Amino acid sequence: MTSTTTTPRSATGSVALRGVTKVYGQGEHAVLALDGVSLDVAPGEFVCLVGASGCGKSTLLNLVAGLDRASGGRIELGEGVNPGLMFQEPALFPWLTVEANVEVPLKLRGLPRAERRAKVADLLRTVHLAEFGRKRPHELSGGMRQRVALARTLALDTPVLLMDEPFGALDAMTRDILHDELERIWSERRLSVLFVTHNVREAARLADRIILLSSRPGRIIWSTRVDVPRPRRIDSPEIATIAAEVTDRLRTEVGRHGQ
Amino acid sequence: MASDTLTGSTRTDAEISGLDALETAGRQRGPSRVRRAWSALWPKLAALALAIAFWQVVVWTGWKDPWALPGPATVFADLGHYLVSSALWDGLATTGRRAAVGFAAAVAVGLVLGLAVARVAVLRAALGSMITALQTMPSIAWFPLAILLFQLSEQAIFFVVVLGAAPSVANGVIHGVDYVPPLLVRAGRNLGARGLHLYRYVIAPAALPAIVAGLKQGWAFAWRSLMAGELLVVIATRTSIGAQLTYARELNEAPRLMAIMIVILVVGLLVDAAFGAADKAIRRRWGVLDQAGN
Repeated sequence: MTSTTTTPRSATGSVALRGVTKVYGQGEHAVLALDGVSLDVAPGEFVCLVGASGCGKSTLLNLVAGLDRASGGRIELGEGVNPGLMFQEPALFPWLTVEANVEVPLKLRGLPRAERRAKVADLLRTVHLAEFGRKRPHELSGGMRQRVALARTLALDTPVLLMDEPFGALDAMTRDILHDELERIWSERRLSVLFVTHNVREAARLADRIILLSSRPGRIIWSTRVDVPRPRRIDSPEIATIAAEVTDRLRTEVGRHGQ
Repeated sequence: MASDTLTGSTRTDAEISGLDALETAGRQRGPSRVRRAWSALWPKLAALALAIAFWQVVVWTGWKDPWALPGPATVFADLGHYLVSSALWDGLATTGRRAAVGFAAAVAVGLVLGLAVARVAVLRAALGSMITALQTMPSIAWFPLAILLFQLSEQAIFFVVVLGAAPSVANGVIHGVDYVPPLLVRAGRNLGARGLHLYRYVIAPAALPAIVAGLKQGWAFAWRSLMAGELLVVIATRTSIGAQLTYARELNEAPRLMAIMIVILVVGLLVDAAFGAADKAIRRRWGVLDQAGN
């Protein structure tokens, strides 16, 4: 392997949801988690889903990742695309070293050993962990573990990244740095990202487009483009303005459940 | 901010390595290996010395005649002769072979049974509590039936050893599979592990600590069952350790009897220590050892 970036991908990176519905349980106890959600993520677009508790954000990502089945509607991905999914917890395998964790998806794809090695080294360089390959996850800090998880997800070589509050458990400084890192990797690799968060500033910092979901059931109630040029700073006035507007809408939505 | 004049990527590169260095600093290793080994060893040696001293005191009080309860010196002298005799090594060979074959069979049965019960709901409802019930059954209580079925034979011993150890192994597997963190399973599936691959890459390694605990307990049961069996099922042509223990009692050879008991204890301890070391190695890899290294 000589190249450090994958070749740009075109239409394969798109995600389309058409009237996606998810019901948990049956009969009287049935809970409608998602109600007719339709949205598109264009190739290379960064979309943040924002909502209060119970808006079915995680359900939505599970459906797109194919870990759960929708009750109604359609989810369209590019031909042969398996989206990568990241969680709030790094979900690394504690019995494997950092290198071996990143290698798992490569092994499962049946790549030969030499190619796997080169790719692992390349991915660890991408997340600035080249010297930490032999460590075990418990020897790293929370932010470093989440970067290993990112490298492992990137090893899927997929154009679509689904992220479920991946930086929710990190301190503010580490989170800011990881925002920069994610933005760099996203633009280098032309990824399409669907990023779930309840942190409105984070959404404004990262997104091309913010989509607001209502709670119980989850429906799309509002969306906005974030036309602030990159690189951005989370503490800039433009981001604060957008975050304030999203927060107001979110509070209105939460207040609706108070009566 | 002055740092805005730097390009974005140089800034974050420096920040990242700085933060990583700060966060991984101060995680140095504890005391040396020799020191840790010694701090684990000396309390054991002290306890052993106390036990031997207590034994000697009881002998000095004249509570029992010396032919029934010999002192430590007599017993250790006999143990010395016993250790260089062919009787011990032939006996150990017979007993060791039975233990290995019986335990291996119990592990095979336990792994298959445990996996089946853990995965199939009907089997769990049918067999789950039965496996635990079997575990509580004292294995010596199986011997009358085993002797009826197989007479005084190797098969009778094998039968009871497997019945004694397999439920523990099966329970270890069931617990291990039950407590695999669902998040790791979801991550594994997302990374492309389905079906058998999910077992190989996620479920089996995640369940390993519980499985090793089950193996360790299974070994303890197998060893007890085997000793009980060798005392009851004496096959004249094969002088196993258990059979020698029975002979020693019949011939009133108290020092030899106690020397054999020490051998049985040491063998059990050595195998237990091997399982303990495996368990510790796994926990060290997982990063779940406590501060004291236990």
